[in-house]
Amino acid sequence: MHRHRERSLGIAVRTIPDTTIFDLRKSAQGYRLNKLCGSLCDPKNRDAFRQDEEAYLAKYNLSAAEKDLIRKRDFAGMIHAGMNIYWMLKMGSVTGNSLYRMGAQMRGESDEQFLATRNFKDAV
Amino acid sequence: MPSRVVGGIGLSHVPSVGVAYDRGKMQTPAWKPLADAYIPVRSWLKELAPDVAIVVYNDHGADFMFDKYPTFAIGAAERYGIADEGFGTRPLPEVRGNADFSFHLCESLIADEFDLTVCQEMAVEHGFLVPMNLCFEHAPDGWPVAAVPLQVNVIQHPLPTGRRCFKLGQAIRRAVSSYKEDLKVIVLGTGGMSHQLQGKRFGFMSETFDQLFLDELEKNPEKLAEMSHHELMEKAGAEAVELIMWHVMRGALSPKAKRVHRHYYAPMTTGMGLITFED
Repeated sequence: MHRHRERSLGIAVRTIPDTTIFDLRKSAQGYRLNKLCGSLCDPKNRDAFRQDEEAYLAKYNLSAAEKDLIRKRDFAGMIHAGMNIYWMLKMGSVTGNSLYRMGAQMRGESDEQFLATRNFKDAV
Repeated sequence: MPSRVVGGIGLSHVPSVGVAYDRGKMQTPAWKPLADAYIPVRSWLKELAPDVAIVVYNDHGADFMFDKYPTFAIGAAERYGIADEGFGTRPLPEVRGNADFSFHLCESLIADEFDLTVCQEMAVEHGFLVPMNLCFEHAPDGWPVAAVPLQVNVIQHPLPTGRRCFKLGQAIRRAVSSYKEDLKVIVLGTGGMSHQLQGKRFGFMSETFDQLFLDELEKNPEKLAEMSHHELMEKAGAEAVELIMWHVMRGALSPKAKRVHRHYYAPMTTGMGLITFED
């Protein structure tokens, strides 16, 4: 039924190069990762994460591979595994990684290389 | 006299603006161009003196999680708390609501076939608060305007279409004009403009796209609202799809609404747009 039309029913969003579209499939895949990140909106949980990261990771039923992405601060990998970028910002905050640092890493650049591409890098 | 929509504002809601605001950095060279753009907007708002702001925004994982994620959610409370979105709670007064007005909006919009999730508790974060900071000066005990938060899913696809957002705006206009009290209502459409925050394409922006969007929002808003999510994300970055929330604002205005202010500033990773209309 009308499968040739872009706005036809029940068609997943088309891909865009170098981009992850956070759809229901990604959201389901990253559900536990995002649940962990969401919990970091509570300052008590942020303290607990910082005090004993392994114990915190153990509470969210993550796979070994998912835990490893967090241990390695592999932000591109987290996005690929279904973490939503805005939920990842909470992970960034608790681990001392700013949006720009995460972005530079996802681009495969150093912080300095990335900042050099901006119009006015003091607006942070 | 019934209530009426007196104006609309399209504006970006970048979280770093909240940080700059809280740390008193809005007059530094990096932020002054943005702060200056809002000086005439704030004077204009003082003269318009709206009673209520309907703020169309998206939550970024502070109050809505993926266990249940509504497409459209509206606040129906007398007050809205300040959420901790993972970086601490900002030192801002809670936001005054207008529950009776919200109840009317819900009744009218749902009768008009917009099946909103109705929220009697809602805490707001940068998507809502940065636009409030830019447009209004708050006192220690509150804000000069009551607000109705209207949350839109612009994060977890499938998203509502741009056209649906525009029609929601039109329904909001009908709802406002059928409210018994004489309230002046301003509608804020927030988010965007061009930006992408993930993948190798992190940091992508397009001023060309953003300026065209501002042109078309003024001159051909219904046609602009037909743009697919795919086209928007391809031309302006995946996170630019937030711009569909500006269609809600534009749909709430009459065709004769006049554009008053326009500004654009893109220092880091987001094209920050500003456009105002008087109705």
